[in-house]
Amino acid sequence: MRVALFVTCVNDAVFPSTGVATVRLLERLGVEVDFPSAQTCCGQPQFNTGYRRETAPLVRRTVRAFEGYEHVVVPSGSCAAMVRHHYPSFGPRAAALGPRVRELTEFLVDVLGVTDVGAYFPHAVTYHPSCHGLRLLGLGDRPRRLLEAVRGLELRELPGAEECCGFGGTFAVKNPDVSAAMGADKVAHAVETGAGVLCGADNSCLLHVGGTASRLKAPLRTVHLAEVLASTEEEPWR
Amino acid sequence: MSGTFLGMPSFPRAAREAVRDERLRRNLRHATHTIRDKRARAVAELDDWAELREAGKRIKDRTLRHLDTYLLELEERVTAAGGTVHWAEDAAEANRIVTGLVRATGEREVVKVKSMATQEIELNEALEEAGIRAYETDLAELIVQLGEDRPSHILVPAIHRNRTEIRDIFRAEMGRWGRPAPDGLTDEPAELAEAARLHLREKFLRARVGISGANFMVAETGTLVVVESEGNGRMCLTLPETLISVVGIEKVVPTWRDLEVFLQTLPRSSTAERMNPYTSTWTGTADGDGPDAFHLVLLDNGRTRALADETGRQALRCIRCSACLNVCPVYERAGGHAYGSVYPGPIGAVLTPQLRGTTSEIDASLPYASSLCGACYEVCPVAIDIPEVLVRLREEVAGRGGKGHRLEKAAMKAAGWVLDHPGALAAGERIAGAAGRLLPERLPGPGARQWTDHRDLPDLPAEPFRDWWRKNRP
Ligand code: SF4
Repeated sequence: MRVALFVTCVNDAVFPSTGVATVRLLERLGVEVDFPSAQTCCGQPQFNTGYRRETAPLVRRTVRAFEGYEHVVVPSGSCAAMVRHHYPSFGPRAAALGPRVRELTEFLVDVLGVTDVGAYFPHAVTYHPSCHGLRLLGLGDRPRRLLEAVRGLELRELPGAEECCGFGGTFAVKNPDVSAAMGADKVAHAVETGAGVLCGADNSCLLHVGGTASRLKAPLRTVHLAEVLASTEEEPWR
Repeated sequence: MSGTFLGMPSFPRAAREAVRDERLRRNLRHATHTIRDKRARAVAELDDWAELREAGKRIKDRTLRHLDTYLLELEERVTAAGGTVHWAEDAAEANRIVTGLVRATGEREVVKVKSMATQEIELNEALEEAGIRAYETDLAELIVQLGEDRPSHILVPAIHRNRTEIRDIFRAEMGRWGRPAPDGLTDEPAELAEAARLHLREKFLRARVGISGANFMVAETGTLVVVESEGNGRMCLTLPETLISVVGIEKVVPTWRDLEVFLQTLPRSSTAERMNPYTSTWTGTADGDGPDAFHLVLLDNGRTRALADETGRQALRCIRCSACLNVCPVYERAGGHAYGSVYPGPIGAVLTPQLRGTTSEIDASLPYASSLCGACYEVCPVAIDIPEVLVRLREEVAGRGGKGHRLEKAAMKAAGWVLDHPGALAAGERIAGAAGRLLPERLPGPGARQWTDHRDLPDLPAEPFRDWWRKNRP
C-alpha cells in the first residue's frame, strides 16, 4: 500500500523527529510512504483565528498536493480535523480530500487493522487525548489500544484527561494567563501519575505542555505517539 | 444590553485577575466539577439522549425559521386568555414598559423570579431609578443582590461565593432590607436556607406585583412556563395581583408536545435532576386563581439581528441550562465576571457579541475567549456548535481590522505567503535550525512574550523534516 505523508508545518519545522518516526513506523508495517513536497500548512491557525480569506490559498495548495492519493496520513489530530471538518466549506474539491485523510491512529487501526505494531518502549507513560482528536475526529480508544500493545510500556491513567491542555492555537498568546493556568493543571495531573512521559498525538499541544513542564521544572517529558510506536528493541527511540 | 458592563476591560485582562484569585479558583473548581459529574451521570441514564438532543435542536430551528408566525399566534392566545402583550425592541423600551406598568399599580416594590432576560436589560436598576425596589427571591440571586455583586453563572449566580462568604453577607445585609438574619447564624447550608426562607416569606406575603421571565412560551395555547427548584417562583407567580413577564422572543415553542423534549433535557443538563421540583405554567388570567392582571413583554434586544446570521443564529436555540459553563476550562479559571455580561462562559462568548455587536473592547475580545476545545458543544442539549460560532465571530472582528488585528492580519498574510511557497519555507526553517535555538528564552514583542512568559521553547532541530526526507529517501 502506498500513502502520502502529510507531516504538517509544526512537525516539519519544530518536530521533524515525529515525521521520521511516522515514516519508520509505516515502512516497518510494509507501507510505502510518499512525501509530496508541495505541502506546507493546512491553514488551521489562520482559519481558527478568523482569517478565512488568508486560509483559502493554503487549502488550495494542500488539496493540490494530495490529490491522487487514496490515503493521506497525518500525525496530528487537529490538522486531520481541520481537513475533514472545515475543508468542505471551501468547496467540493476541498471536501473530497476529507475522507481520504486519516490521523495516524485511525490509519493504523482502521485501514491497516493493527493495534500491535511491534513496538518496545520501556517507560511509564500517560496519555493526553487532545481535544480535536477526541471530539472532532472521535479517535476514541484507538491510541489506548495501540499503547497497550507496546511491550515494556506501562500505561498510567491521566486524571482529567479529557480536559483541554490550554494550547488552542492563538488562544495561547491571546489569553496567556488562562492558557498557562490550564497548562499548569495538565502538567500537575501528568506528574501525579508518576509517569515520566506524557504522550500525545498532537505536537502543538505537546509544545505547550512540554514548555510549561520545563518552565515549572516538572519531572516530565513529552513524546509524540508516533515516536513511541516507532521505537523497537533493536532501534529504541530515546 | 445597557451600560453597566460596557467599558469593561477586554476578557484577557479581566481574566488575569481571576486566575490569580486563589479562593475564586477553588470555589469555581469545586462547584463546576461537582455539577459537571452529576450532569454526566444524569444524562447517561437516558439511552435516547442523542435523539432528544437532535429533537430539541430541530424544534428550535423550525420555530426560529417561522418565528414571526409563532409569535403572532402566541400574542393572539395570550390576549384571548386575558393577558396583555407588549413588544419591546430593546432594553430601554422594555424597561420603560415595565416601569410604567408597575407605576400604574401604585406599588413601590416587586418580587422577582430569577430571570436572565430582566438581568440582561438591567431591569432592577431601571426600577430603582423610578423609586421601585425589586426583591430577588431566588436564593443565589438574593445572595448576589444583598452583596451588591454581579451574577457570575447563569444557573448559580453566586457560584463564586462559598458558604462562609454567604453567611457574612446575610449577617451584614439582610437587616437593611427586611427581616435580619437569625442571631448566631452559622454557615451550615440548612441554616442559610432557613434564614433566606424567613427573610423572603415577608416579601412574598406583602408583594402585589411579581416580575418573571419564562423558560418557554407555548404558542398554541399562549401558556408560559417557568421551571425552578426552590418554589420561590411558584410564590411570585401566584400570590401577587399583577404579574409581568419579560421574555426573549426566541423562547417560544409551537406546541405542548415540544415541551416534552425540553422538560427532559433542561433539568438533567442544568441541575442534573431527572425532573425539576417546580414546573409552573399559566395562561393569561383566571378568575379567583392567581394574578388578576398579566402582562407579557416580548423582548428583541438584538435577537433579530442574531437571527439574520446564518451561522450565529443557532445561539438562539439556547435553553440557558448552563451545562456549557460547567464543563468549560476557560470559564472555570476566568470566572463569570470576566465575560462582562450576564451571559458568561461559552454561550456568553457567542451570544453577547451577537446581541451587543463587537465594537466595544470586551465584546470584541469575547470570541477569542476559548481554546476551541469543543467541550461545550459536546454537552449542549440543543447541539449549539459554539466553536463554529466563535470562529465566525472572529472573522467579523478580524475582518474589521482595529486594535491589534491589523498587525495580526499582516503576520497571517506573511505566514500565508511563506507557507504557500515551500522553497521559502524550507529556507526559513534551515536558517532557524542553523541558529540552533531560534529564539532567546524570553522573546521580545507582542505575542511572543505571551508565550515565553509562561513556557519554555524547545531546541529547534538541526534540519527540518523535508531536508531529512530529501537526504534519506532520495
Ligand atoms: S449553549 Fe447549550 S449548554 Fe450552554 S446554556 Fe445554552 S443550551 Fe445550555
